[in-house]
Amino acid sequence: MTDALFEYAPAPESRDLVDIRSSYGLFIGGEWVDSLGDERGKSINPATEEVLAEIAYAGQPDVDRAVDAARKAYDSVWSRMPGSERAKYLFRIARVIQERARELAVLESIDNGKPIRESRDIDLPLVAAHFFYYAGWADKLGYAGFGPEPRPLGVAAQVIPWNFPLLMLAWKIAPALACGNTVVLKPAETTPLTALLFAEICRQADLPPGVVNIVTGAGGTGQALVTHPGVDKVAFTGSTEVGRLIARGVAGTRKRLTLELGGKAANIVFEDAPIDQAVEGIVNGIFFNQGHVCCAGSRLLVQESVEAELLAALKRRLGTLRLGDPLDKNTDIGAINSSAQLEKIRSLSAEGEAEGAARWSPPCVLPDRGFWFPPTLFTGVSQSHRIAREEIFGPVLSVLTFRTPAEAVEKANNTPYGLSAGVWTEKGSRILWMAARLRAGVVWANTFNRFDPASPFGGYKESGYGREGGRHGLEAYLEV
Amino acid sequence: MRAFLHGLPGVDQVGADQRAAMLATRSIKTTAKRQAIDLAVSMVDLTTLEGADTPGKVRALCVKARHPDVAQPDVPRVAAVCVYPDLVAEAVTALRGSGVKVASVATAFPSGRATLDVKVADTVHAVAEGADEIDMVIDRGAFLSGRYGKVHDEIVAVKAACGDAHLKVILETGELATYDNVRRASWLSMLAGADFIKTSTGKVSPASTLPVTLIMLEAVRDFAAATGRKVGVKSAGGIRTAKDAIKYLVLVNETAGPDWLDPGLYRLGASSLLNDLLMQRQKMATGHYAGPDYFTLD
Amino acid sequence: MSERLAVRKTYKLFIGGAFPRSESGRSYVVTSAKGDFIANAARASRKDARDAVVAARKAFGRWSGATPYNRGQILYRIAEMLEGRRSEFADEFEGTVRRTRGKDGKDAAKRASDEVDAAIDRLVWYAGWSDKIAAVHGSANPIAGPYFNFSQPEPAGVVAVLGPTSLLGLISTVAPVVVTGNTCVVVCERAPLAAITLAEVLAVSDLPGGVVNILTGHLAELAPWLASHMDVNGIDLTGADERLAAECEVAAAGNLKRVLRPGQDDWSADPGVGRMTAFLETKTVWHPIGV
Repeated sequence: MTDALFEYAPAPESRDLVDIRSSYGLFIGGEWVDSLGDERGKSINPATEEVLAEIAYAGQPDVDRAVDAARKAYDSVWSRMPGSERAKYLFRIARVIQERARELAVLESIDNGKPIRESRDIDLPLVAAHFFYYAGWADKLGYAGFGPEPRPLGVAAQVIPWNFPLLMLAWKIAPALACGNTVVLKPAETTPLTALLFAEICRQADLPPGVVNIVTGAGGTGQALVTHPGVDKVAFTGSTEVGRLIARGVAGTRKRLTLELGGKAANIVFEDAPIDQAVEGIVNGIFFNQGHVCCAGSRLLVQESVEAELLAALKRRLGTLRLGDPLDKNTDIGAINSSAQLEKIRSLSAEGEAEGAARWSPPCVLPDRGFWFPPTLFTGVSQSHRIAREEIFGPVLSVLTFRTPAEAVEKANNTPYGLSAGVWTEKGSRILWMAARLRAGVVWANTFNRFDPASPFGGYKESGYGREGGRHGLEAYLEV
Repeated sequence: MRAFLHGLPGVDQVGADQRAAMLATRSIKTTAKRQAIDLAVSMVDLTTLEGADTPGKVRALCVKARHPDVAQPDVPRVAAVCVYPDLVAEAVTALRGSGVKVASVATAFPSGRATLDVKVADTVHAVAEGADEIDMVIDRGAFLSGRYGKVHDEIVAVKAACGDAHLKVILETGELATYDNVRRASWLSMLAGADFIKTSTGKVSPASTLPVTLIMLEAVRDFAAATGRKVGVKSAGGIRTAKDAIKYLVLVNETAGPDWLDPGLYRLGASSLLNDLLMQRQKMATGHYAGPDYFTLD
Repeated sequence: MSERLAVRKTYKLFIGGAFPRSESGRSYVVTSAKGDFIANAARASRKDARDAVVAARKAFGRWSGATPYNRGQILYRIAEMLEGRRSEFADEFEGTVRRTRGKDGKDAAKRASDEVDAAIDRLVWYAGWSDKIAAVHGSANPIAGPYFNFSQPEPAGVVAVLGPTSLLGLISTVAPVVVTGNTCVVVCERAPLAAITLAEVLAVSDLPGGVVNILTGHLAELAPWLASHMDVNGIDLTGADERLAAECEVAAAGNLKRVLRPGQDDWSADPGVGRMTAFLETKTVWHPIGV
């Protein structure tokens, strides 16, 4: 009886909340318009491989139109509007997001593959909070420390990834609008649906046409957008590889650039750590959102004196993770976002084994259809293994060991990335000592993967530049 | 003892709270829910611990314990009835042959502010009257002032006085102030011979909470891994609804593991909880929401 | 009695606190505005640039780990040392400018001494920022949860500075980079004498060797090596022309250096904090609040 009991009967969230159209155009100048080209793509549900909708892949003429619409809105309306009025639009958007939160969460899970528990409890509350936060700044920019009357930049070209589609949209659009810029945003081609629903939300909020424009498409669309001579600002979240290309593209122009790129964060566990919370932090650090997180704690650095104990606890805990239908409220690990990403995770994991690391996954039944990868950990990993150096962007944890705090710092910093790091110890002075030495933009001490609109986020070194969130996040969208 | 207890890994309060809160979002539906409700009923220590308790009140409670709902004859019986020592004999008589255990609080419950010989005498009396289980309280004053040896030795003495009766050690977590203390008190009690560790007397607020139960479940899990001996956990006080009870069961399942999903290793100390479990059970059976007038109030 | 023959100074590079000649053995002629020979300046090579980056990296840990108070003290000490050698700087400056009155009606000597005074004052201004920038640019963040969360600026690391043409420009670019804890490699093409005399001041000012490294030479030759160097974290393009700046910005994308583009640099204007924040990271630290 007890065995049957805690199989937890399926508890799926209702799909009826969302209404997905069979095909979408582009959102330009406050209207839905057809693409001028005929290139189109499909957004699929990664958990079932079912086609959700057909979307336009915008070409250069579409991008021209979108940038023109944004420029027009900037010149005629948005840059002239008092901050207090811009604020009210953003507050309105925040409220509509709250009102439609469940619908957005379900749509996000369907399009992205992330568990409904996460889209419902993490993504959506943070999305609304982000708009609320920056709404409040819109009429207080003179107090933000960037001079008495900071000016907006103009038209912002924003390209966002597929791992947190709506949250990344919020991180980009909310501060841009608060500062008086208008935007053309390109969501990822595998996860465009919540951004397209956001366009509807802009209409519900009566946002002036052209202030927010959404163009869908793949890399070509993104390239056309960021290289467009009519944009004043480029903001990109995605891979370091693409970030580098963009940085080269804006070199020698007047465009301002902020980049939020990859990471290979160390999650460092000392022998005096609160072990049970550390285990939770490790799990949250790498298995949150299937590991599709740029700041994921993908390298576990554990002090040798507690390695055995910690690994035993970690393995036991991984045994309780529930993988499956993203819409099931009890699912901990959803689907990998795309077959391409799944292939990348598989190949890097195979590489890990080939290089001699020991691979382990808990017993785990993968669904027949869709893209799935079991929670996986590698032990016996050394710094020179590819799985310890390259961003896998999947539910794969590499376990390394250290003996002293200095060695932990050295190993943690021994990467071209510098986005985040975790430290687990009950000793306060050691936390501060470590935090001062870790070359990373976010240091989570005795916690991991926490986000808040008031907290600046962004990386050192090849993890990008600029910060999103908090007062610091305004700088990216103001003439300072 | 001090060195050992202070050497236990610390508990980060925020992390523990979050873990418990996350598990509380588990959604238990349909067949799983029906089974969970019956399991929860079978784990209830149906409790009356009032100054106004009388033999009549205890007899009525015992009838309810044997047959929680006359309208649903397939409802399992509860695990035990929990009373004050002077009413043990009444309960023993009323429950004879039912399989429902008689539990008695002892050791100057709920404060524990009495000398050791009084506590031992209290225990001996309850056992002699026929109690199957003794719910003792630890000396929180001694614990908080760092006299761990005194707390330990008292448990050992009471355990000896229990004979064959099972010993549940009440930590009264509401007075221990920190999760670190809950973890230390859990280990101390298990090392001293506790068969169960129990959150609360029900007389102090807060009584049982999900995070406190989480810490105790981690302790019994780690203790079993270290010693091979499985100690039970009892969450008591403040658990009033079927929904709450199911959250606790999820916590047990995902922390200590399915072995603990058994009345021999997990109990819910409660009084009003039972009727809510029955109402939910009936709702699942009939498809209609139930009304309190259809369930007995004993 | 004949006039005494002056003892000339050899202008060398400044790397890791030492004054080596260029490993290439090359030099270039520095002339006055009229075209008269003044000196041969060492012409640094890419290998000198490489060595300078190594020296800067080596110095970074200690310099960034020094207390802000200590860094401020050292910058102020540099100002004190400069004050003592005002006339030398003024003479060098005067030697390289036209001996005519400027639009402001000042003669060359007056302009030279004003320039040096302004440079010293600018350094004093930046020295004071060492222990204030974190208060202005950092924050305790009011997040919605049981955490203490703070952000503070940290130096980006090793910064390459394509130096402008005057002592004031040099101080105005180098001081904001190092006061916050970065170390730097400065390339000076057109004001090499002031740069090297500054180096001589730095060498006796308690500034740890390697914090500031100064290369004289050709910007167009050295800048691309620094811009593409994978162990350089930031680059200030101030001294580069448009074409070189664009080329360096492309190269800088190789490891995503922080780039400060050339701007309208009026060194007499209020500098603001922008030159400091351009080479600052923001680190945000979270910790739960519980019992």
